Amino acid sequence: MPAEELEPTSPEVMLAFYRRLYPFKSIFKWLNHEHTPSRLFTNREIAFTLQSDVYLRYNSFTTAEEFKKQTCALNPTRFEIGPVYTARPRDKKTIRPSAFTPLLRELVFDIDMTDYDSIRTCCQGADICNRCWGFISAAVLTLDTALREQFGYKYLLWVYSGRRGIHLWISDREAMELTDDQRRAMVNFLTVVQGGKEMHKKVNVRIGKDPVLPPSVKAALEPLVEIFSNLILADQDCFKSDDGWEELLTLIPDKDVAKVLRRKWNDDEDRSSEDKWDDLKSEVGKYAKTSRERATMKAAMEDIILQYTYPRIDAEVSKHRNHLLKAPFCVHPKTGRICVPIDPERIQEFDPARVPTVGQLLRELDAASPENTAGEHADWERTSLKPYVEMMEKHASSLMAEVRREKIASDTTW
Amino acid sequence: MEKLAKTAGPEVEQHSGLKYPHLLNLYDVPPLEDITIEEFETCAIDRLRVLSEIESSFARNRSFDELKKITIAQCNKHIPMAETTATTVDRDAQRRADVIGHFVLRLAFCRSEELRRRFVKAETTLFRVRYDSCSGTERKNFLNSRDFASIQVTPDEKTLYAPQLQALSFGNERVATTEFYKVKWTRVPDLVERRKVFLRGGYAFVPSREQSSIIFQEFQARLEKALEMTAKALPRLDEDTRLMPVLGNLSQAFLAGVPSDWSPAENNGEEIRADMIDELSRKHFPACMRNLQDNLRRDHHLKHFGRLQYGLFLKTLGLSIEEALLFWRKSFSGFTDDQFNKNYKYNIRHSYGLEGKRANYPGKSCQQILTSDQPGATDSHGCPYRHFSPDNLQTALLSMYSSQGLTSADLPEILSTVKAGHYHVACTRVYEITHAHQGVKKGEGIGSGESVTHPNQYSKESRNLEKALIEEVKMEIDGGDVTMGV
Ligand SMILES: [Zn+2]
Repeated sequence: MPAEELEPTSPEVMLAFYRRLYPFKSIFKWLNHEHTPSRLFTNREIAFTLQSDVYLRYNSFTTAEEFKKQTCALNPTRFEIGPVYTARPRDKKTIRPSAFTPLLRELVFDIDMTDYDSIRTCCQGADICNRCWGFISAAVLTLDTALREQFGYKYLLWVYSGRRGIHLWISDREAMELTDDQRRAMVNFLTVVQGGKEMHKKVNVRIGKDPVLPPSVKAALEPLVEIFSNLILADQDCFKSDDGWEELLTLIPDKDVAKVLRRKWNDDEDRSSEDKWDDLKSEVGKYAKTSRERATMKAAMEDIILQYTYPRIDAEVSKHRNHLLKAPFCVHPKTGRICVPIDPERIQEFDPARVPTVGQLLRELDAASPENTAGEHADWERTSLKPYVEMMEKHASSLMAEVRREKIASDTTW
Repeated sequence: MEKLAKTAGPEVEQHSGLKYPHLLNLYDVPPLEDITIEEFETCAIDRLRVLSEIESSFARNRSFDELKKITIAQCNKHIPMAETTATTVDRDAQRRADVIGHFVLRLAFCRSEELRRRFVKAETTLFRVRYDSCSGTERKNFLNSRDFASIQVTPDEKTLYAPQLQALSFGNERVATTEFYKVKWTRVPDLVERRKVFLRGGYAFVPSREQSSIIFQEFQARLEKALEMTAKALPRLDEDTRLMPVLGNLSQAFLAGVPSDWSPAENNGEEIRADMIDELSRKHFPACMRNLQDNLRRDHHLKHFGRLQYGLFLKTLGLSIEEALLFWRKSFSGFTDDQFNKNYKYNIRHSYGLEGKRANYPGKSCQQILTSDQPGATDSHGCPYRHFSPDNLQTALLSMYSSQGLTSADLPEILSTVKAGHYHVACTRVYEITHAHQGVKKGEGIGSGESVTHPNQYSKESRNLEKALIEEVKMEIDGGDVTMGV
């Protein structure tokens, strides 16, 4: 049956995808950190969501081949990766509960567009477009820098979630070993925008007597100033609508300034967000350079920039070692798009609408010359999945090289 | 690190002449001299009382300052520790007891992950309270005796990161004159969480005033490791039949809540009469006894363990044997005198020490009620917080205490405490709520923040409150005279 006649993610399509395209070997290497299966893979939980929506937890495999075989047999709509346990998850029933605890796990982050619904003006809910992807790319730039520079991590893998968000997996040994307490501490450290609908001012992280931003937040702010101007003011035009600028005014502590601006903006409905931000700046500029009022307003403006652009992390995902997260290269059941890795350096060029769908990949396979199928090339090499699998391979190889280096280093010391 | 500790120890010893040179201890050396079985048990129980109070402080969401106050009071009562400068006190004896208590509890609490986790949390808190409350000299000498594996930040790094480090000092200190230490960020997660440090390449730059965090973390990490080691080594200890029952009791006591140090003898010999009981039960009884009284009134009968639990409670409350016989006789109204005398009288007299071995049993503590003689399906003894289903507990609490001010809005908090296994905390909370109209505030417990550990203690404190209130009213009425008199 030709691929285009099938449902975007019908069982037939999914089975063909697992059989011919899903890069089980790359996933194995990435999880296992070396060629020979280690506990990192054999004691790793995989949870399947079946076509019937049955959720099968505590699966584990000894090799990549077994992993593939079982996935094809179950033909799930998607699967998730959990922690490395003290024993094999599939033996869970026969082990004392105290001998079965999560040991290691990549440090993971989840950023979802829904957390930006109150700011973005282009789409709502499940929708995402090229324009609002700007929020995600701002988040990626900020987090990627913070985690590398401040925490010293090197092996970061960013993965598109298949619809409207992005996941991050960190595989450095030290990150894998973090306890839940340490994970919680880190997530709280990285969380700057806080408070629900009822809280207008969501950035309250200043410290000291004449409150300054903590060094980590200050470092994050600098690149966000430009992003604020391009994304919030120009593209999204967040303060154009009445609701938009009213929200902005709630964040201005100086009642005199707010009053002047309210009058001005009420009178002129056509003022763009850029105009309004300039209005704000010129009002603040009226205060003497060293005045208390000016300092307060400068701080407020910095906080506004953070509130609109700083990453909004789904904290619960990151806090626990045993949280399950959808595996890279799975297919999003609604969109049919593949959860592909993304190069953070090129995050701004990424367009979710151009991510291959499973149907498209199978069509590409059908169109490719059939002679090659018997060759040594994997099927994914003949589709547009290729650059993504290669990115994953490259990532896994550098991780494996690091593990080898460490092994040699520890061998010679003995 | 180990090496340093060993060389530093004797050096300080020369100054103070003490075997245990510091009040603070990381407990890396177990007590080596012989320990008697009595010491083994008493040191452990004394320490357990303090740790249990720390645990219930957590369960009751006390602030650290409140917790500290209560913990210091408990420490002074059960495991006092004098500063090194207090030359009139036998500091070595106190510190030896401290070390023994700690190591015995390690043995008792290493056996399950749950116990280990709770023990580590309580011990680390105890360490922190002591660290916070001892003198600067005591602390400094302790710190100098140890190497906490932190790297001092070099002047070059200080210059490089001056603006960032300045931001951490809240404008109070100058970076140039402040010492900073570099540690792996994972060693100070609490400082990272509160953004009290500057991070670079996985290292946290810690200003010296936050150094204590490094030490608490170190204490915790060492204890966690040590407990796992002990757990692995413990099976060998199983052979020592004298120790195992003691250890088992200790860990059970910890899980069941606070071991009571309330002694029934503290009930100053005041008497109550049979006809007072029903009214007293409505105003002053904890849920376990109120439940027994309600059952007795409804069924005109209680089964054996119910009679035992309730009878001893009433005796300790001040019910004489004569009044007890009267009370039970009236309550068992469905029986003939003959049946009553034959089946029940002996047991009642027995519990007053007038028959058989003639032992005068005291009222049961919460811990005994929680852990011994588990109630069967038709029994009504035990602790309602532990032995009732959540549904039944809610209904029972409302029917018992709504006249005393308990509302359904109070139930979620109580039930979540119960769910976490802190039965005594739930009971204490109910006490606070039902005595709010007498001025008891949340967190005050049955007096100075203490939790309920004995049903009789609950009733006694409740009655004392009432008496104090009556006194106050009297004072107000006679107030004019009093002032005039002075
Ligand atoms: Zn959009």
